[in-house]
Amino acid sequence: MTSAEKRLGAAANFVDERLGAASWVKKSLNKVFPDHWSFMFGEICMYSFIILLLSGTFLTLWFDPSQREVVYEGVYEPLKGITMSAAYASTLDISFEIRGGLLMRQIHHWSANIFMAAIVAHLLRVFFTGAFRKPREFNWILGIILLTLGLVEGLLGYSLPDDLLSGTGLRITAAIVQAIPLVGTYLTFFLFGGAFPGVGFLPRIFTIHILLLPGIFLAVITIHVMLVWYQKHTQFPGPGRTEKNVVGHPILPVYMAKAGGFFFIVFGVTAFLSAVASINPIWLYGPYTPGQISAGSQPDWYMGWLDGLVRMAPPWETHALGHTISWNILIPALIVPGIIFTGMAFYPFIEAWITGDKREHHLLDRPRNVPNRTALGVMSITFVIISLINGGNDILATHFDLSINQIMWFSRISIFILPPIAFVVTKRLCLSLQRADRDLVLHGVETGQLVRMPSGEFVEIHQPISDEKRWILTSHEQPAALELPASDARGVRRPGAIKNKLRVRLSKANAVAIPKVSPGELKEIEHH
Amino acid sequence: MKRLSRYRRHKAAAPLLLIIALLGIGTTFNIVSAAVKQTPSALERSVLIEEGKAIFLRGCSSCHGLNLEGGAIAPSLIGVGAASVDFQVGTGRMPMADMSTQAARKEPVYSEEEVAALAAYVASLAPGPAIPTDEDLNYERDGNLAEGGVLFRNNCAMCHNFAGQGGALTQGKYAPTLMGVEPKHIYEALITGPQSMPVFSDKTLTPEEKLSVIKWIKAAEAEPNLGGATMGRVGPVTEGLLVWVLGLGLLIAVAVWLTARAR
Amino acid sequence: MSNEIEAFKDPGTPVHAPRRADVDPRAEKRAEQQVALLFGLSALGSLLLIYSYIWIPDNLFIFIPVMGDQNAHQLFLGLGMAMSLFFLGMAAILWAKKLMPDTEVVNYRHEFRSSDQDREEFVKTVKDGVAGLQFGRRKLIKGSLGASLGLFVLPPVLLLRDLGPLPGKELEKTNWKAGTRLVTDPGDRPILPSDLEVGSVVQVLPEVAHDSHRPLSDIAKDPVLLIRLRPEDFALTPERLAMTHDGIIAFSKICSHMGCAVALYEQQTKHLLCPCHQSTFDVTRAAKVIFGPSARPLPQLDITVDKEGYLIARAAFSEAVGPSFWERNSQ
Repeated sequence: MTSAEKRLGAAANFVDERLGAASWVKKSLNKVFPDHWSFMFGEICMYSFIILLLSGTFLTLWFDPSQREVVYEGVYEPLKGITMSAAYASTLDISFEIRGGLLMRQIHHWSANIFMAAIVAHLLRVFFTGAFRKPREFNWILGIILLTLGLVEGLLGYSLPDDLLSGTGLRITAAIVQAIPLVGTYLTFFLFGGAFPGVGFLPRIFTIHILLLPGIFLAVITIHVMLVWYQKHTQFPGPGRTEKNVVGHPILPVYMAKAGGFFFIVFGVTAFLSAVASINPIWLYGPYTPGQISAGSQPDWYMGWLDGLVRMAPPWETHALGHTISWNILIPALIVPGIIFTGMAFYPFIEAWITGDKREHHLLDRPRNVPNRTALGVMSITFVIISLINGGNDILATHFDLSINQIMWFSRISIFILPPIAFVVTKRLCLSLQRADRDLVLHGVETGQLVRMPSGEFVEIHQPISDEKRWILTSHEQPAALELPASDARGVRRPGAIKNKLRVRLSKANAVAIPKVSPGELKEIEHH
Repeated sequence: MKRLSRYRRHKAAAPLLLIIALLGIGTTFNIVSAAVKQTPSALERSVLIEEGKAIFLRGCSSCHGLNLEGGAIAPSLIGVGAASVDFQVGTGRMPMADMSTQAARKEPVYSEEEVAALAAYVASLAPGPAIPTDEDLNYERDGNLAEGGVLFRNNCAMCHNFAGQGGALTQGKYAPTLMGVEPKHIYEALITGPQSMPVFSDKTLTPEEKLSVIKWIKAAEAEPNLGGATMGRVGPVTEGLLVWVLGLGLLIAVAVWLTARAR
Repeated sequence: MSNEIEAFKDPGTPVHAPRRADVDPRAEKRAEQQVALLFGLSALGSLLLIYSYIWIPDNLFIFIPVMGDQNAHQLFLGLGMAMSLFFLGMAAILWAKKLMPDTEVVNYRHEFRSSDQDREEFVKTVKDGVAGLQFGRRKLIKGSLGASLGLFVLPPVLLLRDLGPLPGKELEKTNWKAGTRLVTDPGDRPILPSDLEVGSVVQVLPEVAHDSHRPLSDIAKDPVLLIRLRPEDFALTPERLAMTHDGIIAFSKICSHMGCAVALYEQQTKHLLCPCHQSTFDVTRAAKVIFGPSARPLPQLDITVDKEGYLIARAAFSEAVGPSFWERNSQ
């Protein structure tokens, strides 16, 4: 035993005698993680969050979250002598007078954008592969909470520098809160400390942005990751992989090295973006004052779809009994997103209700094998993309010689038409892919080699696929439709007949599939 | 000579020659027009007006009418002033090549001399805003940069974007980019209100304030990239695009490599 | 649940194929060198960062093709940092991929459900605990506990009351009163009708005492756009026409949709466009909404001239400016 080992052993002994750590750390170190590139999205989120904490802490060292008015006397000539908030002035100072400050600001902002993009990509991966199914419904809901928190945290961060763009964003936020019936006006006054833009808002959202929400984030992320740890990661189907096991690399050393290395990669890519590409050049926007506005005022991309929905909303307002209800704000900014996020949170339970499946699932679905879910996902993506396009309609109009009115009408109509079309097309596409899988199993791969038969006709040689490949293409389950008779054995109508009818119908639609190949079938075709 | 002739068939030869030729013509006209400006005697002035009339009848009257009265497709030019003509023709907006939603800035059809003649002719028929002189346009001396920024954000940014990159108006119309526009033309646009643009009267936006705005625009144009490539200075839309394409793209590429089995 | 047909046999976890570095000592050496090279590049990046921080002045600009003129300090600081981090990560991953043992391991899963015995014991523990509370018998405690818990949640909410003043009629008020002069923003100059040419537009604010301060919450409500048209261009009701002066019409600049500054005035079409959500207002028809999500016209300010001939407000706004709210009591 070397002396280094001895000292390490002594330290380990010290800890273990007090915490009994060896037994549970050993268990954790034996954990296995399956490899797939799409499993890395969650890690990008977690690492971006760490980058956000680090760069954000750097920024707080100089940022002054105050609406106190100061006269700018810094180095940026075009703003010299202008009255502005201390928040804006200190952001300018961070950008121009603290070495590396602008880099850190850009890292913070790019990282926030990457964070949100990775959350969305992670959510889509989990959705399309069915990783949210039992026993992971809790973690799915935690994920939706993180997404929602991310939207809010991003919006607050965007608002803090108090430039013209962020102030415009806040103006719109205030209008949304103000539109809530009954309590909206009071809420705005309490939030802003008076009529917009108030006197107390920036210090308040600063505390929320750097303390409250990051704290909640940290707690939720910890639970989220611990649940992944405890429940063990899902895996794609493949030879040797079952619902009862998990195949992959152990934590020590491979996974540790790869995951640790990937943190530096994420940080490095963020730093690279921040070095070469400008983001949120607040010095060009100017300080916020409510009388000013810039053409093409946009939120960051993850809010862009909401802005797009608000833009395309019909001009509806109800005036009655001395009160006003702004449907043109409530529907696109609160009601529709509320429905979408609630629907997302409950989706695992809705799907389980339709399929009647109460078993645990650790093997992922190939998206094509679950046509309805995949189609629903693509339908939702289509919806968001149309909204996003409309959110940037002014930029699209100038860059592609279009008219904002055309794009607006296109969005207003297609938001209703295109998502259902996307659903139908995707579902059919999934079924064709299933059919292609079936053909592949039955007839093998086309080799491109032609053989002339004695009869004179040419036939292409087909190479049978490997056992592994065949296993991947055939090991999935194919759902059967639920059967819920409307009346029981004695002819008495069951309660909830309408609900059951709906459930049976949905389940029937869900069970549409191209039958997969059975060994018997394959044997039969091989005999010919 | 022999070496030069070898390059004659080079594929860049034609465009290069064209540029040289254009530069040559441009310089010549600059010298000529400078000469014109120096001697505005009454006789020469009337010659200029006659010349302008000839150009007008040839190139403009089919739409704007023989007596500037306008027509079904073009507005009356009575009282628009020399500034308006100088702006519209000098930036190549007029003559309008196609009847699209709005006249776009392009390579001017007429030479500076011809523009001056046209402007003189139109101004001679009815009074209107005059072309600002170089003395009027000394924005470096008379403008205030920071104040120009405030005025710009109050009066211009809503259409032309926070950095003067242009923006969308209704029904396919747009506020053009202000980058690369001559100070004279910016000033003329402010006092004449071409196309969709409103007029900024001298009383509500004083000449000094106009110069401040121009000074700010010129500073924005010359401002180097302080934080990296700007992607058009149009705000978060292009930033979001970059995040998905480059940011997530690079990370996915690394993730694919990371999880692939080494050989 | 599923109509399982007879299935193929699982071929089982594939046998581990050795990598080149596992069998060929030269390849192993090469891989080691590659990893070392990447670590070296990372160190180089750190050095670049240190060099840039100390020695590259922050006002040095260099031309980079495609990107244009860049600030060298910012660029190399960032590139140094990116290199330092990125190659460190690449080195670690390459090391893991090529040299660390890459045999896959199988872990087994266990059902999460607790055993029946555990469940029964759990239920019993809870039941015993709850029974100890004696809720069934202690009606008085049950009632008073409910009351105290109910009241207990109120104080924290109440303590937030001083976050802001009550709205009152604040949203309905602006600083426009009968006789208030319209002054330019910025500049604070009063305006004669003759200052405005046809087709011109100017942003104005209510005049305040000299050198007095305008809080932002006032600027959020007060801005007004003054537009001059040819009087024959108006298509107004007589009462709205009476609110104009000599072809000059005044509208609140604060959008009736979400409060952005509506300022894109198209002189030819006489439309006002809000850049935030593209509500379009027709100036000739008293800012009637002709496109977009806004449901109400922009409030019109009644203007006239004072004795000295300067433009003044004849009356305050007759309705609240800006976005709608629950208590808003007019069409």
